[in-house]
This record gives sequence, C-alpha cells and structure tokens, in this order.
Amino acid sequence: MKEVVVRAENLTKIFNRSIVAVDHISFNVWKGEIFGFLGPNGAGKTTTINMLITVLRPTEGIASVMGYDVVKQANEVRKIIGVVPQEYTADEDLTGYENVMLCADLYGIPRDVAKRRALELLDLVDLLDFKDKRVETYSGGMRRRLELACGLINRPRVLFLDEPTLGLDVHTRAAIWDYIKRLKEEYDMTIFMTTHYLEEADALCDRIAIIDRGKIVAMGSPGELKNSLGGDVITLALKENADATEVIKSVENVKNVKYENGVYRIKVNDGEVTAPLIIDALRKRGYTVIRFSLTKPTLNEVFLEYTGRSLRDVEESKESFIAHRITLMKARGR
Amino acid sequence: MDMINEYRPSLMRGLKALLHRELKKWLKDPVMVVMFVLQPLIWMGLLGKSLNIGGLFSSNIIDLSQVMSLPQVVPIPGDVIINPPGLQVVLLNGTKLSQVMLANLNSTISSLSSMVMQSAFGVTDYFSFMSVGMISMIVVTTTMFSGVSIVWDRRLGFLGKVLSTPVSRAAIIFSKVLNATLRAMFQATVILVLAYLLGLQLSPSFTPINLLGIYAAVFLLSVGLSSIFVAFSIRSTRMERPMQFITLVTMPLMFSSNIFFPIQLMPEWLQVVASVNPLTYLTDAVRYLTILPTDLSAVIMDFLYLGLFASIFSIIGIILSWRYLTM
Ligand SMILES: Nc1ncnc2c1ncn2[C@@H]1O[C@H](COP(=O)(O)OP(=O)(O)OP(=O)(O)O)[C@@H](O)[C@H]1O
Ligand SMILES: [Mg+2]
Repeated sequence: MKEVVVRAENLTKIFNRSIVAVDHISFNVWKGEIFGFLGPNGAGKTTTINMLITVLRPTEGIASVMGYDVVKQANEVRKIIGVVPQEYTADEDLTGYENVMLCADLYGIPRDVAKRRALELLDLVDLLDFKDKRVETYSGGMRRRLELACGLINRPRVLFLDEPTLGLDVHTRAAIWDYIKRLKEEYDMTIFMTTHYLEEADALCDRIAIIDRGKIVAMGSPGELKNSLGGDVITLALKENADATEVIKSVENVKNVKYENGVYRIKVNDGEVTAPLIIDALRKRGYTVIRFSLTKPTLNEVFLEYTGRSLRDVEESKESFIAHRITLMKARGR
Repeated sequence: MDMINEYRPSLMRGLKALLHRELKKWLKDPVMVVMFVLQPLIWMGLLGKSLNIGGLFSSNIIDLSQVMSLPQVVPIPGDVIINPPGLQVVLLNGTKLSQVMLANLNSTISSLSSMVMQSAFGVTDYFSFMSVGMISMIVVTTTMFSGVSIVWDRRLGFLGKVLSTPVSRAAIIFSKVLNATLRAMFQATVILVLAYLLGLQLSPSFTPINLLGIYAAVFLLSVGLSSIFVAFSIRSTRMERPMQFITLVTMPLMFSSNIFFPIQLMPEWLQVVASVNPLTYLTDAVRYLTILPTDLSAVIMDFLYLGLFASIFSIIGIILSWRYLTM
C-alpha cells in the first residue's frame, strides 16, 4: 500500500489578481520517494513549494502534508517539514553552529537535544571543522550544506528542496547529492525537490512532474516519461533546400517528422535499424544528407517536447540569477 | 524515536532566539552604531553650537551708538567725568560716556538676553535646549531602520525560512520592535553622554533616577514608531519603499516638533502639528528630566501621551503584520 505524504488538488496561486503563477495543479507524493518538479524559469516551482510549506496562501485548491491541511493546520505542517530554500538564507554574521542552533530555537527543540543534533548534522555535512567560522567565509557548497543541516534539525518527515544545487559546480553538486541521499537513508524521509539539472532529476528522482507556465504538463517516472516520447529521435539536415518530409515519412518505423529551420526532427522506433533506411531512401531521391544524429531519448528531449524550450536557455538565465543573488548578499554584507 | 511531541515552541523562546540574532548582528557591526550617532552629533555640533542665539544679545552685536541715540537714553553733555587713568574713553555722539554707565548698559543687555532665552527656551543656552532634542532624532532614525531590516530578511529569504517553522508569528514582529527599541535606548545614552561632554547644563534638580524616566519615555516612543515602520515594510519586497519613506518623513517630523524651536513661538498651524507630534512629548519629557527643573505634572502628561501613542500604534502595527504573516 502506498501512503500519500503530500497531496495537492487544484492548487492555484494568482498574484495581484492577474499573474497566474500556479494553475490548478494536482499530484500525490508517496512515502519514501524523491519527487521532482522540473520546469523553466518562472514556471511556478517556488510558488508551489511556498504554498506547501505554509508560507503562501493558495488562491484556490487544497494541499496537505501527512494529512494536515497547509492552511487550516499550518502549524502542524510546519513541525514535520524541513525546508532548504532556493536562496542562501543562513545569517552571514553568525557562525555555522549558531545558525543551526537558531533554527533549533525556532522549532522549540530543547537545548540539550538541539546541541547534540546540531553537532551530529554538522558532522554529517562535513562542516564540523568550520562550525565556529562565520558563514560570511563559507563557499557556495558549504552554504548549501549548512542549509541542509538547518533544514534537518527538526528531523522532518518531508524535506522540501528548492533547487538544492543551483549555482554549484559539477563536483560540488555531486557531493551535495551524496549528502542528501545519505541523510534520506538516515532519517527515512520523503523528499520534494525542484531542479533544472535534468541529469540530476533523471538519476535521483523516483518520479518527476514537468511544470510549465503554472501547469503540470507531464508526470511519471523518468523511464515512463522517456518512453512516452515514443522512441528515438533522429535529427538531420540536407544539402538541398527542398522539403523531403514525405520521403522520410514513407520509410517504415518512422512515426513523426517535424521540419524546422532546415532541420528534420524524426521520431522513430528502433533507431539503429531505421536510420540507415532513411538515409538510403533520401539518397535514392537525389538528396544529400550533410548532418545526422541519433538520440536515444533523455529527459532533455522530454523537456523540449513538453515545454518547447531547450534547457540550455534555462541554465544560462539561472547562472545569471545566482550571480545576482550573490551580488545582493555582498551589498548587504557591507 | 523522538518525534512531534518533542517541540516546545513558545513565544519567549522564539523571541529570544530572533532577538539574539538581531543583537549579534548589531554588535558585529560597530560601524553602524557610529553612523547612527554621527548624524545627531553633527547636528549638535553645527546647529547647537553655531546657532548661538544667546550671543545675539551681547554688546558686541548691539551697536551702542544706536542705542544711545534713542530718545529715552539721555546723553551726558560735556566732559563731566574724568576717566580713571589707564582706561579707555568711550565717545558717543561726540560725548564721552562714563565707564559706570557703560557697565550698567552691558549688564542690562545681558540680563535682557537671559530673560529672553529663559522665557523662550527655558534655559539660558541654546545648546542645552537642542542637544537633548537629539534623543528624539535618534529614536526616529533607529526605529525606521527596523523597517529596512525586515525587507532585507524577506529579500534574502530569511523571513521565508522563519515563516516555514512553527515559531510564533508574534515573535517575529516583536523581535524587530524590541531590537529597534534596545538600539534606540543605547544610542540615546550615547547622545546624552556626548551632549554632557560638549557642555550640556543639567538642572540642579537632576538626579540619576531621572535617567530611568528618560529610558521609559524613549522605550514608549520607540515601540510605537517601530511598530508602524515594521507594519509598513512587512509587505514590501523592495528596498526603495522604506528608504523613500524615511527620507520623506524624517525632516518634517523633526522640524514640526519642539526639537529645535519652542512651540509657543511657532506659527499657529505648526503649533497644531507639533502638539500631536509624538516627538514633541518625548523631547518635552526629556527636557523636564534633564535641563529644566523637574516638573512632575508636565512629565506625567508627556508619559500619558507617549503611552497612548505606543499602545495604539503598536496594536495597529502588530495586527497588520500579524494578518500578513499568518498568510
Ligand atoms: N510575490 C509575487 N508577486 C507577483 N508575482 C510573483 C510573485 N512571486 C512569483 N511571481 C511570479 O509567479 C511566476 C512563478 O514564479 P516562481 O518563483 O514560482 O517560478 P520558479 O519556477 O520558481 O522560477 P525560478 O526557476 O526562476 O525559481 C513568475 O512569473 C513570477 O514572476
Ligand atoms: Mg524558484
């Protein structure tokens, strides 16, 4: 029997009566799984999380965590969740240890328990040696790990991670995920996360919801989503300018052809076998193939299919976003 | 497994933790403390010392020959009195004025000056009058920054994180208000000490107990003002909002009070504004407790007004913030 841990039904948020940030979304998160929200900038990921963690009031619809309603029983929800926000929220002027203890105080965890746990968590995220250093001196990766420690101080049943590896380099990202997986085992948690790194979503999430313009456009395990694309994708370009769509369609096992900006995107079954057949058919009609690729579907294709956007764009704007954040923090620092 | 029932979230616990954070930030940033004190210090030095109002009445400002030509002053004809050797001879309208008369005249002018100062400012030096008013000024600037700091907390996501914990919403608001109040009380002390070193003349009736009265008055005004500013800033995500508000409000608030000038000499419309301005009451109370002879009934009136102001505005501010914070 699967146990529902997070439930959302027609969850909606409209800002200023006009901006529909989240548009009637419904989903269930099962006990013990890692559920990922994947979407481009402004898709409504953070807004959804903010409603689930009782910081924003839904305009419409209901949501619950472990059976507690996020509006009516907000305080019960707050006790059993852990949050690692998109921003670095630790206080720059306090030390790592002081930050974790501040979080413990906010939960009202008895001091002796809190001290023991803070040290244990700081050890788990390898910050024990830096616990008495001011956060100001921490690197991005260290800050994330500190946020993790803060988010876990109350031994949450559900952990909400909003872009936990945003702005970190590849090695640090991998390290952070090692920590998250270890902590998940240690504390037997369910995880709700957002990310825009597809490889991460693919490798880590049990299930994924792709969200675009406030709507969930696809949901399932990474495998299911990839299969839903219906096979492999061939992209090719011809020397000639003529439209060869009909020629390609006539080949066996070709399911769908899209022609855009001089490039054909062809969906096929059994790509390795079908590809030579397509090239042969084109050559017979006097076309010359000048560029060719065969892709087994990844989440990247899934993302492109459902949102019409490439992930590169998303990533770039993300990096600039984090750069902006860091500037903001420095500005505050002094 | 220790689970849900381990929590003992209480208002005091949360308040203590959040206030502790604020105070730590404050102590780690002594530059800000200096910056806050610098402004009133400059005002004290420039305005308090340069606006030497008492000096207006000294004999080197008033042209004695003019005074002598007034009809009610009768010049002495001829060289009636021989001046003592070694002393200067004063010539007025072609006549010599006796040293005795000159001395009389000077003392008349200076006692006139004391009288005017006394009746307008209650004390004979303007510096004492305005420097204690600087306590009101520092209360305004300090409490205003409580609004700025809550916008920072929101922008950096700290507020969001705190809101996702079961901590009492009241603790969040009170921590800001109390932080501003404690800072204001500390900075008021600094101002008072500086003013004393720069020549503030305490009234003979001043006792150290009066200091408690000053703190109480500063406390009341700070609580009222910072509640307003917190409520005003709590919804905004942009820094500009509270900043604009600060620049818009500070100067008018100060000049429409009795910080720089006595109310009874203001134009009538301004008197009306000044008599509802809470700064007037803080300044008034502080003056009665420092430079003026302690007048208990006046101080009590000031406290009544400040108490009313603090209760009304902190209730309004806290209700507004509360409604917003509980979603
Ligand atoms: N407080 C707010 N007031 C008005 N509009 C808002 C507010 N917060 C978010 N929005 C809008 O709602 C939409 C969704 O924002 P949200 O932050 O949830 O997106 P996101 O998926 O988290 O994006 P990102 O990847 O940039 O973090 C955006 O168009 C954003 O401009
Ligand atoms: Mg976001």
